[in-house]
Amino acid sequence: MPERRLNRIGEDEWEIAQEGAMRVPARIFASADLIAGLDDKVLEQAANVAMLPGIVEASYAMPDAHWGYGFPIGGVAAFDPEEGGVISAGGVGFDISCGVRTLLTGIGAGAITAQRERLADALFQRIPAGVGSHGEISLTPKDMDAMLRGGAAWAVGRGWGVAADLTRTEDYGCVAGAGPEFISAKAKERQKGEMGTLGSGNHYLEVQRVAAIFDEDAARAYGLKAGDAVVSIHCGSRGLGHQIGTEALREMALTAASHGIALPDRELACAPIASETGQRYLGAMRAAINCALANRQILTHLARSVFAAILPRAQLKLLYDVSHNTCKEETHTVAGRPRALYVHRKGATRALGPGHPALPPDLRAVGQPVLIGGTMGTSSWILRGTAEGMTRAFGSACHGAGRSLSRHAARQRWQGRAVIDSLAERGIIVRSRSAKGVAEEAPGAYKDVDAVVAAAHRARLATKVARLEPLICIKG
Amino acid sequence: MTTRGWEHFEHGADIGVRGCGPTLEASFEEAATALAAVVADPGTVRPLQSIAVACEAPALDILLVDFLNAIIYEMATSGLLFAAFHVTIDGARLRAEAKGEPFDAGRHEAAVEVKGATMTALKVEQLADGRWCAQCVVDV
Repeated sequence: MPERRLNRIGEDEWEIAQEGAMRVPARIFASADLIAGLDDKVLEQAANVAMLPGIVEASYAMPDAHWGYGFPIGGVAAFDPEEGGVISAGGVGFDISCGVRTLLTGIGAGAITAQRERLADALFQRIPAGVGSHGEISLTPKDMDAMLRGGAAWAVGRGWGVAADLTRTEDYGCVAGAGPEFISAKAKERQKGEMGTLGSGNHYLEVQRVAAIFDEDAARAYGLKAGDAVVSIHCGSRGLGHQIGTEALREMALTAASHGIALPDRELACAPIASETGQRYLGAMRAAINCALANRQILTHLARSVFAAILPRAQLKLLYDVSHNTCKEETHTVAGRPRALYVHRKGATRALGPGHPALPPDLRAVGQPVLIGGTMGTSSWILRGTAEGMTRAFGSACHGAGRSLSRHAARQRWQGRAVIDSLAERGIIVRSRSAKGVAEEAPGAYKDVDAVVAAAHRARLATKVARLEPLICIKG
Repeated sequence: MTTRGWEHFEHGADIGVRGCGPTLEASFEEAATALAAVVADPGTVRPLQSIAVACEAPALDILLVDFLNAIIYEMATSGLLFAAFHVTIDGARLRAEAKGEPFDAGRHEAAVEVKGATMTALKVEQLADGRWCAQCVVDV
């Protein structure tokens, strides 16, 4: 796609005007530097999404956008079921409800220093991570369905957490409308041993230090203090979500034409929200969201048990849990009229602004914590949702750094052991079962997360509250 | 690539798998080896156990995605790593045998799990020289 089609409409906002089969324009939030480094495929994919039936306002790409499957990763699109709007498995992604939760510890990072190696070893021993790892929990079919309906609330009911965790989890830890009956036996089988596991790739559990505060009021409301230690967990719905995504993508790709949908790219596979295919996927996807929430809740329980044994002064209190691969039914005011829309966020974090009724009362005045994961060698960020973000991109922000090098290229360039050693010199302890996996996830293989966050901040999609630096990384 | 073989190709966030060979079946076998190699070096995996998969699809390229997804499912649920594949294709139907052994952290270095095979860069084609090539991107 030639660059001239990209019009700069703000300091950090760009637009591909509506043309041809596009029903709406495509808007990209990024600095000039990020745009210069952007893959043309992202622009093509953002424009393709704009062609889907029932899309409202625009197809959006966040500052960390990169080439995905049909939708760009970092893509946001809202669809109106009353205007033939669609639900797209590609618009949610394979790792349904992948997300980040951050826990406060209430202790300074300095208090961890003396115990750092011990803490890293104990977390590594307790948290199942990497290829072939299994959790200690095996679910019967009945338990599986209860988990898929109950989400984190189910896990808390089993004793893996406290009620206060649920008020600090998106959707209070459980999305309604889950349909375990729409999930194949294969997807459930794939999940059987995977509850309470991190997975591999870019998933992690990190102990981090609050390195800087940018917004004192929000930091106070979130309980963040400079110098404190926090724990962040990044993972998703594991094998269950992957299998649901795989099956739905195939079905939607093969049946789109029968619904009268012409797909500009097969991977934009979708079905009308009102169709039987669409409703089945929605039920399965919501159950997978609950699975991810339950999974992160169980991992929280495991992390707490390790801290209780090694640093009993630390009280791991959930700051927030937010997903970045979802489709959610939300009410947004468009042209002065409230509309019930299905908002797809694929590699994009929901970022609800102040006053939003879905926020717990103690966070409502400030806005939602927006949790942005970095790499094992770079910062992670906590932002807050804004009123402007609600109107600019349906309350959405970036989700991470986004890769700049392929896994293959990363493995050519770095040795896992050397990456671990150089991070150790900087005081970052990495524990991983796979040196190859570490090489693929080398910090240099990612875009500059600080630049991504700066663009989101300037575009007011979400604004900076705190920057976190890694101390210990348990790598999936 | 020589007459028969596999390779990985670049994709922004993920990995592309490509297999080529003198027959359609050979290209599928090589593509599956490329998939197995995303997880662990097939040279370190002994063909001690075998599992069977079968699938059916309305088109050859979808058949490749279905086949690779069947292997991904087996890797996820059986805990096996794979080293060798034997494929037979009859019209829209595929049957395959995959040989490998259980993942052993002491002997195998596994890099990453594969979430699913995608339709990105998906192609099954016969080249001008008669060889077949089968490829797609897998999400990791």
